[in-house]
Amino acid sequence: MSSVAVIDYGMGNLHSIAKALQHADSQIDINITSNHQAILDADRIVFPGVGAIGDCIHALQESGLIEIIKTVAGLKPFLGICLGMQALLTDSEESRGDSDQTNLKTQGLNLIAGHVVRFPECLKDRDGNILKVPHMGWNQVHFNSHPLWENITQASRFYFVHSYFTVPDDESVISATANYPDAFACALARENIFAVQFHPEKSQSAGLQLLRNFLHWDGRV
Amino acid sequence: MGLAKRVIPCLDVDNGRVVKGVKFVDIRDAGDPVEIARRYDREGADELTFLDITATHDNRETIVHVVEQVASEVFIPLTVGGGIRTLDDIRRMLNAGADKVGINSAAVFNPDFVRQAAQRFGSQCIVVAIDAKKVSAPNEANRWEIFTHGGRKGTGIDAVEWAKKMVDYGAGEILLTSMDRDGTREGFDLILTRAISEAVSVPVIASGGVGNLEHLAEGILEGKADAVLAASIFHFAEHSVLEAKQHMALRGIEVRL
Repeated sequence: MSSVAVIDYGMGNLHSIAKALQHADSQIDINITSNHQAILDADRIVFPGVGAIGDCIHALQESGLIEIIKTVAGLKPFLGICLGMQALLTDSEESRGDSDQTNLKTQGLNLIAGHVVRFPECLKDRDGNILKVPHMGWNQVHFNSHPLWENITQASRFYFVHSYFTVPDDESVISATANYPDAFACALARENIFAVQFHPEKSQSAGLQLLRNFLHWDGRV
Repeated sequence: MGLAKRVIPCLDVDNGRVVKGVKFVDIRDAGDPVEIARRYDREGADELTFLDITATHDNRETIVHVVEQVASEVFIPLTVGGGIRTLDDIRRMLNAGADKVGINSAAVFNPDFVRQAAQRFGSQCIVVAIDAKKVSAPNEANRWEIFTHGGRKGTGIDAVEWAKKMVDYGAGEILLTSMDRDGTREGFDLILTRAISEAVSVPVIASGGVGNLEHLAEGILEGKADAVLAASIFHFAEHSVLEAKQHMALRGIEVRL
């Protein structure tokens, strides 16, 4: 039986992801874990996360998971979701959280070179309507060719909730964009790593299809 | 094309059962939250909100089981409100599969609870529910006040200022209910909705008073809301969620169809 480890470092609701993975493929063995060996042994890795990125990196350091993640991200099919996508970049404009006034950038895992930046204040659409931040709700995703988009209709809507987004140095790693109002990267792909800003586990049938594709992906493009 | 405006059916749950009556022909058990949630999901609901109105503390566990069951087969965002008073209440709901919690009276009695909740769990899962009622005389400038206890007790707090304060404290979204309109089927208080929506940087969900599909469209077009929430027009199967979205699309609103 093929197995997937959902990395548990105390950030966010992992049960939703586990339930969606189970629904996507009932034959899969799902392990929500922070155990280093279990993560190293799994066939596939899901790296989720919600909240503030500073807390996320801090929690990863505390649990000694950074090196483990760097190791498996070089070896097997790896899916980063939301904060689990942003953490893969070099650094983020987001600091340690609301109480932190230092405004220092948070250092990420630097598995994909680039930055995480915030949506600007006072965003407006073409008709002059104010666009709220966080970017919350269902937006259309425009993707290029990759095994994880198989059997998903171009411009399908996925559920987003975030105030920051990734800007990779190498644009060729961008696998999909969404508009708010300008195009931003909402999926990155490089070798065995795939990462999405939206929540596939909360994106109904399109999201479940993406998870199913991941569970059947051999990590090759 | 970009972000869609959201349509959110709300289910009032008492002791684990949906109340206010549901008349779907294809549903066996009209009070079963899981069956109703499944139906709304099929019809294209963008999110679901469960409002726990269970009066006694002992029976609150039932909502946890409802959320667990729904979350294991419906893969859209779920919000739970009603009786959320402690960080532990929030953790339990999130662990059960909720994505967001609605905080109402607890925020009024202890605003710092919102700050603590946002710091602990992230702003993305903290919805502050505001029950507002107009208190200005017809010849005065509009003024709305926060009310608690189902709209019976005034607090003297200005609704617009309160919304801004809650966002400063870390609310990721505002669920705004007009107590003047709730249950009237006369439509949202559009002036209130617009005043709050334009005052805060985060998304605002309009609630209270929906009686027809055009009311939903007005909430977005005139009230400038980012999402609309309704209970009875969907419960009594007068209109499906799909019909609501089709109507909004005809009025030029971007929706997920």
